[in-house]
Amino acid sequence: MEKNIVLETRELTKRYDGNTVVDHLNLQVAEKEVFGLLGPNGAGKTTTILMLLGLTEPASGSAQVFGFDSTREPLKVKRLTGYLPERLGFYDGLTARENLRFIAWLNNMSGGEANQQIDQVLEAVGLTKVADTAVGKFSRGMKQRLGIADVLVKKPRLAILDEPTAGLDPEGINQILDLIVSLPKMDTTVVMCSHRLYEVQRICHSIAILARGKLVVEGALDTLGREALAGGRYRIEVETAEASPQLVEIIGRIKGVNKVEAEGNFLHITTDSDLRAAISKAVVDNGVALIQMKVHEFSLDDIYKRYFQEEGELKQ
Amino acid sequence: MITIIRKELADYFTSIRCLILFVLVLLASAAGLYAAYQGIRGADISTGFVFIKLFTASGESIPSLVTFISIFVPIIGIALGFDAINREYSTGTMSRILSQPIYRDSVINGKFLAGIITLAIMMATTLLVVSGYGLRMIGVPPSAEEIIRLFIYFVSIVIFGAFWMGLAILFSVIIKNLAVSLLASIAVWLFFGFFYTMLIVPAVAKTVETYLMLVRLSPNTLFDEATMAMLLPQSRGLGLFASGDVSYMLPNPLPLGQSLLLVWPQLTTMIGLAAVCFAVSYIVFMRQEIRAT
Repeated sequence: MEKNIVLETRELTKRYDGNTVVDHLNLQVAEKEVFGLLGPNGAGKTTTILMLLGLTEPASGSAQVFGFDSTREPLKVKRLTGYLPERLGFYDGLTARENLRFIAWLNNMSGGEANQQIDQVLEAVGLTKVADTAVGKFSRGMKQRLGIADVLVKKPRLAILDEPTAGLDPEGINQILDLIVSLPKMDTTVVMCSHRLYEVQRICHSIAILARGKLVVEGALDTLGREALAGGRYRIEVETAEASPQLVEIIGRIKGVNKVEAEGNFLHITTDSDLRAAISKAVVDNGVALIQMKVHEFSLDDIYKRYFQEEGELKQ
Repeated sequence: MITIIRKELADYFTSIRCLILFVLVLLASAAGLYAAYQGIRGADISTGFVFIKLFTASGESIPSLVTFISIFVPIIGIALGFDAINREYSTGTMSRILSQPIYRDSVINGKFLAGIITLAIMMATTLLVVSGYGLRMIGVPPSAEEIIRLFIYFVSIVIFGAFWMGLAILFSVIIKNLAVSLLASIAVWLFFGFFYTMLIVPAVAKTVETYLMLVRLSPNTLFDEATMAMLLPQSRGLGLFASGDVSYMLPNPLPLGQSLLLVWPQLTTMIGLAAVCFAVSYIVFMRQEIRAT
């Protein structure tokens, strides 16, 4: 399936006072996916976002959003894009509803349309009860929710969220993550930055990891771990009633199996492809009871650590 | 941009800051009225302009309304503009607004215009309140010429206020810290209001010409001269006269056209100063980068 690319950067570079903050970055985000942008603090994530929105000019290279150049046609980009800044602020004297209405007006929405849309997004982020309270009295988490509402009120086709779950309680995090996951169904592509890897793993389809302005790795989450950590191979864990050396040998002879290691009743098998069917057949045919079997999933944690271990070694 | 003006106006009118200013301005007009009440009986009304005497007559110990206004207008201008831009940055609302589909300059234009509208409403209120109560007090209606003179005075107030607001906005663009930008504006105001004309210029100027030239670099002097020419029609010229010359002057008022001609340079200079302040803040603001921090 050929996917539409909604966001693309080509050799995007930014320098501040001689320091290269973003270094020849090439990114692609496909339509209707949730894309995670990861990296340690100061990796250039926020700067990249600012360039995507045309708020900062790149030193060289270009960024395109929905085919519009971010530097030359920022207004067209901003009309289609909602942005949740990392350090978000509201007018404390105005109520939640008034804050959102201001944004709706800036997006040329008519009064009736704006009111309807505001009610909808406040409902979606769970702020309906405090819609008419001054934002100055909001807690950090409530402001964060209002920030999400603020992005959604303009019905963006691309939502760029910088730390969308910062300051939220666990329940709030789940609620917001569910909301973010539901966005692609409503025709909105999501790009999010986060330091909470399990969140990214839970909701993102693809990720890119940046370090010191450079792209370290980019790809779909389900294949990335395998490629990054196991050289593109599968690791299958099998628990049997009794792992005899004979069984190890038989499994080792299955085509595609690279390595079999026995550890108590567990077998760790490395294969080129998903050979679970063949392996389970071999186990059962040998008259050994099969207790459980699973393909080892690589967590984002592993991937992230692996890249930054290298990074750390390089620094030393 | 209309949306931004609308929001800024709503902000101003609901803010406590604006309430305080309004109370101050009303107190000043009450004081000015009282000064007129005390002073108008002894005032020289041989010129035939009675009504505008209301604004320039001073009491025994209370200065006239125009004195109050020339002190208050800079304060109002500064109070409306000193945090216009840097507050948006410090609360984090700037990046949110700028990520909306609007031109960047409409933010600063909208703030400036909203400030001018607020200032104009305040000063129009003051002048109208004083006119209304004054009318009850002295019972002499204004002539058409007096109304026009008052209106031109009002316009010069707005221009004068716009200068101070432009200056305050300039500081709010350059200086990130709210308190420092307020202090910087107040420092400039104090400098021109007190030190410049009272200490520095008399010390530096050797001749009357250089004295006048230097003194007119101060927007306060320009405004005071404009006030004098508009509200004291008998003023023949602005500046100093040799005592010999004064004895040859006829004590009759100048016609409106001549008074206008007299203040034309002052008015245009004030417009120019206000425009320069705004233009510099506009340029600096447009070139400021939104940075990731």
